[in-house]
Amino acid sequence: MLTIQNLYKSFPTAQGPLPVLRGVDLQLPPATSLALMGESGSGKSTLLHLIAGLEQPDQGSILIDGQPLHSRSETERARWRRENIGLVFQQYNLISSLDTASNLSFQARLANRHDRTWSTYLAERLCLAPLLQRFPEQLSGGQQQRLAIGRALAARPALVLADEPTGSLDETSSEIVLELFLQLVHEAGSSLLMVTHSTHLATRLNRRLQLHLGRLLPGDA
Amino acid sequence: MLRLCLSALLSHWRRHPLQGISILTGLWLATALWTGVQALNDQARADYARANALLAGAAQTQLVARQGERFAQSAYVQLRRAGWPVSPVLEGRLRFAGREPVSVRLLGIEPLSLPADSSVAGQSTQGFDLLHFLTPPGQAWVAPDTLQRLGLKPGDQPTSADGQRLPPLAVQAQLAPGVMIVDIGQAQRLLQAPEQLSRLLLPNDFARTLPALPDNLRTQLQLQPAADNDDLQHLTESFHLNLSALGLLAFLVGLFIVHAAIGLALEQRRGLLRTLRACGVSLRALIGALALELGLFALIAGLAGVLSGYLLASLLLGDVAASLRGLYGAQVAGHLSLSPQWWLAGLGISLLGAALAGLNSLLRSAQLPLLALAQAQAWRQAQALWLRRQSALAIVLLLIAAACWRWGDSLPSAFALLASLLPAAALVLPALLDAALALLSRLCSTPLSQWFIADSRQQLPALALALMALLLALAASVGVGSMTEGFRQTFLGWLDQRLSAELYITPRDTRQGLAMRRWLDEQPGVEAVLPQWRLELRLQGLPVQLQGMLDHDSYRQHWPLLEQQPDAWASLASGKGLMLSEQLARRLKLHLGERLALPTTPPSPALPVVALYADYGNPRGQLLLNDELLRRLWPGATLSSLNVRLPAEHVPALKAQLQSRYRLDSTRLVDQGTLKRWSVEVFERTFAATAALNSLTLSVAGVALFISLLTLGQSRLGQLAPLWALGVTRRQLAWLSLGQTLMLAGLTVLLAMPLGILLAWCLVAVVNVQAFGWRLPLHVFPMQLAHLALLGLFTSLLAAAWPLWQLARRQPADLLRQFADER
Repeated sequence: MLTIQNLYKSFPTAQGPLPVLRGVDLQLPPATSLALMGESGSGKSTLLHLIAGLEQPDQGSILIDGQPLHSRSETERARWRRENIGLVFQQYNLISSLDTASNLSFQARLANRHDRTWSTYLAERLCLAPLLQRFPEQLSGGQQQRLAIGRALAARPALVLADEPTGSLDETSSEIVLELFLQLVHEAGSSLLMVTHSTHLATRLNRRLQLHLGRLLPGDA
Repeated sequence: MLRLCLSALLSHWRRHPLQGISILTGLWLATALWTGVQALNDQARADYARANALLAGAAQTQLVARQGERFAQSAYVQLRRAGWPVSPVLEGRLRFAGREPVSVRLLGIEPLSLPADSSVAGQSTQGFDLLHFLTPPGQAWVAPDTLQRLGLKPGDQPTSADGQRLPPLAVQAQLAPGVMIVDIGQAQRLLQAPEQLSRLLLPNDFARTLPALPDNLRTQLQLQPAADNDDLQHLTESFHLNLSALGLLAFLVGLFIVHAAIGLALEQRRGLLRTLRACGVSLRALIGALALELGLFALIAGLAGVLSGYLLASLLLGDVAASLRGLYGAQVAGHLSLSPQWWLAGLGISLLGAALAGLNSLLRSAQLPLLALAQAQAWRQAQALWLRRQSALAIVLLLIAAACWRWGDSLPSAFALLASLLPAAALVLPALLDAALALLSRLCSTPLSQWFIADSRQQLPALALALMALLLALAASVGVGSMTEGFRQTFLGWLDQRLSAELYITPRDTRQGLAMRRWLDEQPGVEAVLPQWRLELRLQGLPVQLQGMLDHDSYRQHWPLLEQQPDAWASLASGKGLMLSEQLARRLKLHLGERLALPTTPPSPALPVVALYADYGNPRGQLLLNDELLRRLWPGATLSSLNVRLPAEHVPALKAQLQSRYRLDSTRLVDQGTLKRWSVEVFERTFAATAALNSLTLSVAGVALFISLLTLGQSRLGQLAPLWALGVTRRQLAWLSLGQTLMLAGLTVLLAMPLGILLAWCLVAVVNVQAFGWRLPLHVFPMQLAHLALLGLFTSLLAAAWPLWQLARRQPADLLRQFADER
């Protein structure tokens, strides 16, 4: 269970601190999905980064199964991230020096949770099986995004955080990839918190929330 | 358009100042090291030219003694009376005692008889101040540098070590360093050579008529053409070539930095170039602007480089001058006076370096499809092509090196061997590293170790040039270090054997030497007096020292022979054989058992070569004969020194007696310990400049690696950020990056070791043989190798420290920026 309480975050600028999150409260039960929407600069990506332990909040707390995340050291947060979080970025952020097979299993093996059968299944479902020896730059945009999804799910993380996962794809490809993504998240038994601009895609998830000027608007978006 | 285009291009450096600094630093260092070395060479060569041109003009041809170094003045008188327009010269060394004894080359001339169009010390004879030069007390002309070395001032009348008072000193700015010119009468007094002359100058037009010498002089004198006179230039050529080779290596290493930085700038500016082209800038204007930009860098760095080169040369000149004095007796001024051409050449070399380093990028700018999107992988693909081309070029260079080794028989071919071998090794390095990493990747099973190797391979193209620089610098250090250390051991062992006498005496002349010998024979405690008879002559156009040896057990026990026939010493003693120094045997292309005819009058039978011996440090060839045979064939041979064997405890007393009895100063009476110390000092100073240049080259390689890592660090965040997001800590990333740098540097260091040993072999077995005439055994010193390997790794560690520290201190925001949508 992910619980966010009164979360504040600002960034220093030449004109003084720029508040991005201004008291966010949120709960995400296990095996559920949530779409986070909002205009550019509303703080969606920052919230994702805070949940992943990539950044420290100014105030408030993020609790994972009741345990505060940000009181942990960087090493502990990194360990937690590799064992419990699957990250999918709009720009894929694949490891260009490793081939598709190594990229796919990278995080799972890093977390000692590599399940060969599950990885093979993911590769087949994501249509990556014939491409395992290729390097990321030899893949199309859609293939790269599928690979990023596969890598995030290979360790069967408790929580998948996706930042505009289909933002670089055309509408048809987006539909197909998202469908596959949601199916696999469900099969992995993970929760999903996905940032998206698309209302249409957001409707496919269990819940939708709107972030506006650093605050979550009440009710379902 | 060009101005707009240039301002757009220059805006890149505001955003990437580090790359700009890299280019400037590379060109600055390359220019500084190259011009510094050239300044040393130019200064030395200018001084040799001044020394050779002491008596320049028409009077270049000369008459010299057939036997010995001097002849009677009566020959001059006879020739003048017969209408020969000859002018007499007496030459010798004049010693000055002191804490550091100094000797100068004293030249006595007769200005009235010098041909009208000749010049002395750069001054036409027409402009001589004859009144002061010829009338008592006369004048002694010296260069400002010599005056400074003697610690004297104009007008001083110093006393020589032999107790002779000199005429007042007068400065002649054009005079070569280490030379003093006096009237011939003064010279005969100062050198204690009354009625003696060294040579007679002849106007060339008169010499061309080939007049016949009077019969009685034909056996005494011989004509020596002017061309035979530039021995110093020839002897020192190899020394300067060595310096030039080191300078060139440093220059190339510096250019590696520039090449790497320009290449990266091109990749990063591909978008800008595309935009400029899209906005209507022609390809010609774009290339023109890029070339102009490069020229601007070259001018700024060139100015700084030339100034630094001057400073570097000033710092090294002392050691180089001492080396040249110790090795060849060549006098080089202790300060630099360089021509405007040198300064212009320095700027030229910077422009040439920039052109060489940037040509590839300019061509790629002109040829690559600029409208294609810039991708990291596009660069890697281009590099893969270059890797293949580099390997092919390396193979061609290796074939050239092999051909030079197999068929080369000269100093240029020896250097061509090095000039092919080193770049070949550098060019093949990236391919070897890539293969080694590919091999290592098979051993990796964990994801991080797989990434570690795969990412290292990806970094390779960007780091290749810096690693090549490290390879070359380290191999040069290993090669030159092994050669120097091997030479040191061989030389010291040889010195220990060769310097067996307890006391070495240099008499003023043969008469004094003979008197000393008689006196020494009567002294209690003296076990043996070994006279050294010497004669300088030319064999097949080469200057050669003939040395007469007494048959004595001391030589049989202590004179190390490299090759010998049975009973070699007995053959020498009986006058039925001769021994050659290794370098002379090589120059004359003579082997053991072959015969050599000596230029005697009347001709004498050729003698077999019964042994070859090492004669390290002597630039001239040497030939040993039985002393009685030498004196019989050349009665004019001089008794150059006496080596005295006696128990060590008797040395101080005998030394004191000799000093008081014969008024010998410390330069003429030297004990074994002092002589060894001097020899070792000369040896150490000889390699001081080499060692300094080597260290500088290694430092430049370190700078190359540092700049490459720093530049690479900027573009590597995109590779490291995903790992961080996947749960690898920043500290781990920093350690992994350090490991990658050390692994690549370590593999380079590993490859540099055998390359360095191969280089050492080339130096001792090929270059030294061609340059100096002696071949040294190849020594490998494991501790030295370990030391240099650690130094190489330490240099890499230092180069990696700052970029890694920056990486470890990266704010999460910097890494998060890699995930931002707007990229």
